[in-house]
Amino acid sequence: MSLVLENLYYTKTHEWIRVEEDIGIVGITDFAQKELQDIVYFGIDESIIKKELKAGEKFGYVEAVKTAADLYLPVSGEVLEINKELISNPAIANQDPYGKGWILKIKIKDKEELKSLLNSEDYKKHIGE
Amino acid sequence: MLEKLLKEYSKRGKFNDYLGEIDVEKKDIEKIIPQNLLRKDFEFIEVSEIEVIRHFIRLSNLNYHLDKGIYPLGSCTMKHNPKVNEEVSSYEGFIFLHPLQKEEDIQGALKLMYELIYFLKEISGMDYVSLQPPAGASGELTSMLVIKKYFMDKKEDRKIVLIPDSAHGTNPASVTMAGFICQTIKSNSEGMVDLDDLKKNLSEQVACLMITNPNTLGIFEKNIKIIIEELHRYGALVYLDGANLNAYCGIHRPGDVGVDIMHFNLHKTFSTPHGGGGPGAGPVGAKSFLVPYLPNPKIEKEGERYYFKYDKESIGKTASFYGNFNVFIKAYTYLRMNGIKGLKKMSQIAVLNANYLRKRLEEIGFSCEYKTSTLHEFVLTLKDFKRKDIRALDIAKRLLDYDCHAPTIYFPLIVPEAFMIEPTETEPKEELDRFISVMKKIKEEIEENPNLVKEAPHNTPVKRLDEGKAGRELVVKWD
Repeated sequence: MSLVLENLYYTKTHEWIRVEEDIGIVGITDFAQKELQDIVYFGIDESIIKKELKAGEKFGYVEAVKTAADLYLPVSGEVLEINKELISNPAIANQDPYGKGWILKIKIKDKEELKSLLNSEDYKKHIGE
Repeated sequence: MLEKLLKEYSKRGKFNDYLGEIDVEKKDIEKIIPQNLLRKDFEFIEVSEIEVIRHFIRLSNLNYHLDKGIYPLGSCTMKHNPKVNEEVSSYEGFIFLHPLQKEEDIQGALKLMYELIYFLKEISGMDYVSLQPPAGASGELTSMLVIKKYFMDKKEDRKIVLIPDSAHGTNPASVTMAGFICQTIKSNSEGMVDLDDLKKNLSEQVACLMITNPNTLGIFEKNIKIIIEELHRYGALVYLDGANLNAYCGIHRPGDVGVDIMHFNLHKTFSTPHGGGGPGAGPVGAKSFLVPYLPNPKIEKEGERYYFKYDKESIGKTASFYGNFNVFIKAYTYLRMNGIKGLKKMSQIAVLNANYLRKRLEEIGFSCEYKTSTLHEFVLTLKDFKRKDIRALDIAKRLLDYDCHAPTIYFPLIVPEAFMIEPTETEPKEELDRFISVMKKIKEEIEENPNLVKEAPHNTPVKRLDEGKAGRELVVKWD
């Protein structure tokens, strides 16, 4: 069983977003890290900092030993920060996907967009658990 | 330590039985070699002949290879390479050739290349073939550069290359290296190119489609003609990845259905060692309108004379000299040994072996993600075993304990817990049956004692490696 936290929003592509006022913290889910297995690299270009990206836009990729997957932004917003600790030690996304393994922080443009995301119950159904 | 380095067996003054007494005048090395070129820290190894023999025999025993047993590594076509290939490629006339020799002195070598080109043209339906690219991915890149130059000359600005999600894994890298942008085309529920998604992504911006047929699922694209017509309607080209040519030699010719350019893997289809066993060769075949763009030089014939031809439209060279000539000799030998009838049979048996294996594995409870019938390879999904916390990786590792090379795992990405099996035509039925019984055994182990599988391999020289660490802390140079 994968861990699905109640207070987060989820995408079908297995990203999560935690909302703290108008800041959104984005990462990949426990299910995603289990599927990927050993994560070895996050390919996220620093040039996206201060840029405004749209909901569903690709902002980088994650590489594991046997596979790679693109990363998509759950909602539109300006990228504020990339988790430097994760970039230098990608394994923390395996160890603590909802905590230390966060990927980036954004300034959410329109909170209405959150409504189109999955809640924890929907996401559990989505991954069949 | 599995096996010490030869150096570690070395001891000063050790008895050796293969060097006689020195029968030439001894010279002081410091007087004949300049000081700055002398290595002070170099020590010659001194070991006896039996130690050398045992060292290398032990190393070869630690290795798993095709000469030991089945090697069903999907899409790699690890067939047996007939030993006669090695004998022919060792002929003195070949091994003492030098690439800078004049045309008139190497007519025999040119003839061999010219005839090899002829065979590949006949097999593929292409108008000319360049033998130069030294590997499959190099053939892909060469093809992309040819297409790029073609559109440059036509003054058409096309940046997009379409790649189905069931295509060969190296395609996106080749596209990116050539300066194009990849656009993925989805597969439909049958595991074939989704025509609607293809049409949606077609435009005058598209340079070409890179298609693998049969695709990496082993499924033949039954709409191949329609797909090619769609591309051509937009003035775009079609590149075929020839990695899976082993499925249809003498049965289907890509050139006949409208493919504009393709590559071959001599090291897969035409039995030359690969996978660490030797250099490859990835010739590129093209239709006449693209031929001038192929790498220089081309091999041509006038009367009885063979010569190098240089086209000014060419993209230039994609390998030193003429490619991996030694590989050409082996592929040529194989083609001459088989003839077109033999090649057809080769493909038929390759398809038969794969289908026998698929059917039998399905009977004992394994299943494919896509139910469509397959040719020379097929992809199982092992997702069902996740309920026991067993992944494709674990089963692949357990196979090693039973003296089977593991299939390709986790590719193509559209199949969860993918397990891509290609037995090739050279595997005897007895060996296929052994593989089936091993898979059956592992399936039982998963139910009864999953930890045995989870912790595999147990019988190999090294146990499970930390692949994550290897990926994260990559060391690519020797300090």
